[in-house]
Amino acid sequence: MKEEEFEPKIIVFACNWCSYAGIDLAGTSRIRYPHNIRVVRTMCSSRVTPEMILDALRSGADGVLITGCHPGDCHYISGNYLTLRKYYLLKKFLKEMGLENRVALAWISASEGEKWARIAKEFTEYIKKLGPLKIKEV
Amino acid sequence: MEDVRIGVYVCHCGKNIAGVINPRKVADTISKLPHVIIARDYLYMCSSPGQDLIVEDIRKHNLNRVIVAACSPSMHLHTFQNAVKRAGLNPYLLEIVNIREQATWVHDDNPEKTEKKVIELIKAAVERAFHLYPLTTETFPVEKKSLVIGGGIAGIKAALDLANAGYKVYLVEKRQSIGGKMAQFDKTFPTLDCAQCILTPLMVEVGSHPNITLLAYSEVEDVNGSPGNFTVRVKLKARYVNWDKCTGCGTCVEKCPKKVVSDFDEGLGFRKAIYFEFPQAIPRKPVIDAENCLYLTRGICRVCERFCPVGAIDFNQQPELLELKVGTIIVAVGFDIYDVSKLYEYGYGRYKNVITGLQLERLSSANGPTKGRIVKISDGKEPKTVAIILCAGSRDEKHVNYCCRVGCILGLKHVYYVKKAVPDAKVVVCYTDIRAFGKGFEEFYRKIRSLDNVYLIRGRPMEIFENKDGSLSFDVYDSNTDLMVHVDADLVVLETAVVPPKDWEELRRKLKISCGPGGFALELHPKLKPVETTVDGIYLAGFIQGPKDIPDVVAHSGAAASAAIAFMSKGYVESTPYIAFVDEDICSGCGICASICPFEAISIEVEEGRRVAKVDSIKCKGCGACVGSCPSGAIQQHYFTDIQVLTEVEALARG
Repeated sequence: MKEEEFEPKIIVFACNWCSYAGIDLAGTSRIRYPHNIRVVRTMCSSRVTPEMILDALRSGADGVLITGCHPGDCHYISGNYLTLRKYYLLKKFLKEMGLENRVALAWISASEGEKWARIAKEFTEYIKKLGPLKIKEV
Repeated sequence: MEDVRIGVYVCHCGKNIAGVINPRKVADTISKLPHVIIARDYLYMCSSPGQDLIVEDIRKHNLNRVIVAACSPSMHLHTFQNAVKRAGLNPYLLEIVNIREQATWVHDDNPEKTEKKVIELIKAAVERAFHLYPLTTETFPVEKKSLVIGGGIAGIKAALDLANAGYKVYLVEKRQSIGGKMAQFDKTFPTLDCAQCILTPLMVEVGSHPNITLLAYSEVEDVNGSPGNFTVRVKLKARYVNWDKCTGCGTCVEKCPKKVVSDFDEGLGFRKAIYFEFPQAIPRKPVIDAENCLYLTRGICRVCERFCPVGAIDFNQQPELLELKVGTIIVAVGFDIYDVSKLYEYGYGRYKNVITGLQLERLSSANGPTKGRIVKISDGKEPKTVAIILCAGSRDEKHVNYCCRVGCILGLKHVYYVKKAVPDAKVVVCYTDIRAFGKGFEEFYRKIRSLDNVYLIRGRPMEIFENKDGSLSFDVYDSNTDLMVHVDADLVVLETAVVPPKDWEELRRKLKISCGPGGFALELHPKLKPVETTVDGIYLAGFIQGPKDIPDVVAHSGAAASAAIAFMSKGYVESTPYIAFVDEDICSGCGICASICPFEAISIEVEEGRRVAKVDSIKCKGCGACVGSCPSGAIQQHYFTDIQVLTEVEALARG
């Protein structure tokens, strides 16, 4: 019997002003992307804590994508720079755990519906290739 | 423990949602979850019967949490918050689940998986709803003054509308005079009325209006504060002329010995080192161009000072910073034309007789460098053949991919200019498509194309070559006739692409508004909120929102003024409820939050011998950066507390 195709679960953190609006724009423009995406809205990407990302992976997500406004475009002046700093630190930690490929960061502006759909697709494909994350079994 | 009673509403949105998933089935599944008292589906939740459904259920079933699964919260969050409020429930006990933009509209190729996703999204919201609690907002009075940035026709219209409605307006213009691009035009299409004749009366009105403070030759330095209460610092550049003393007689300009290439004349004419942009300039007070003034560069001359009858010349003048308090800001900075020298094949900048449409406007204008004569730049003689090339840089992936929306009719108007100035001239127009969409445009197009000796070719020219006598030749494939056409022309006019002004990016970041396609400003909604931005109290007027012709710019600017008036006349603004707060028992007073807060809203205070963080709820803008950086979880953000977000994340990850 053919095994059912692996459908990863992907948690996306999106800031209210740029990325969430960009993701909405993909919808308004009817640009398809994989259904594996689950978006969590926060006001700014800097609100996202490392704990949230680890929690997502621990609870069953196979990949986590953090999105925010482009550098210099933050609605709150500099939140996305904080996001970037925390992201690099977290990546170091994730590397120790062998999870660094599961978490990514992308800048999506409110007008980049197309870019968002492309990234959503690429990231989903990438996680599909990595296969399921079996944290609970370890 | 509170008895959580949840009502869930799944919207069909006509077929937008119900065309992909079965809302009834979704509601049935959700209704089986604990604490979900009622789960319904309805054709249009945002309609008044839809809203009434929520109101009645809250009253009847004593609901204390409401979840609406429908379109994006950016569309109807306020609609549903108001509905919930009507029923006496705190509006922050409501959650919106975005199942249209982020599910049915993008996964319509897989209805089964989409339905599963929708159920998971709503389940996560149900779990999160347990952790919601009522929130309150504060209200602040609004400063009933407005700042308009940019003194072109957009800024002029917005400023006058605001001023006539009784609001004080500061109008900031970076050049010596207001008027903008429209002042450079000779005539306006399709009516062919004189641009200056319809513009200058408005300029005079701006200059003399008791409610308008005109800050010409000034730039916005920085913008702080919040909607309704912005603090803007404006830099008045050094003019080297005391405008309070100056009477605008113009003697200084007349006597100044230094000639400088004029920007206003698009490099075709000259002005003096002390100058007015153009004869009808408002304010009628000259400025000295420090880079070209003989005294300021070489320490000689001072002729203007000697001849000024009122002693207004002041070579020691320094730039001045002005601090303004305003409630609203209107952005009307207009556009620049694309640098067409980047289109190497058309030879602009290499060949003298290749000019831009704006340069032709200056040639044709009675106050231009040739007093209205259209001439070849190489020898000042009348051209016998003129080629007008549309879409120079527009609709071109190598340059700008959008349509400039004005070039077609501008090009046809330029045919008229040439035929009026040189009646027997031959005019060739090379176009991509003629987009004559506006009022009177089609009629104008027909009128121009029926003129004698006017040829319209549908095609983009190949490389232009310069002949020994300065004339130009090129080949163009005409897709209407399937023929290759050879064109010899004395003058080539490029109808250029349009781009945001070159210093726009810097200003946009000061205003913290979003950038849309092509680098223009992004409106809040492409159809329903065309002047609003992501920042309340900041509105867009005219070209900066995207290419427009003059009637559209004026309509758009009037809309911006009216949006600003509506915002200010309410008299107060509500603060965001999503502010940070500190659990002082846990806070260790490490100060990380205070050091990263971009709004300086957090301070570390010593209380009973220990350090704790305090949040200033007025300064806090609700980004949550402090929360995301607190090592102990002592600082939290309303509606986005750790427990609220983590519950949602875990539920979604679990599926």
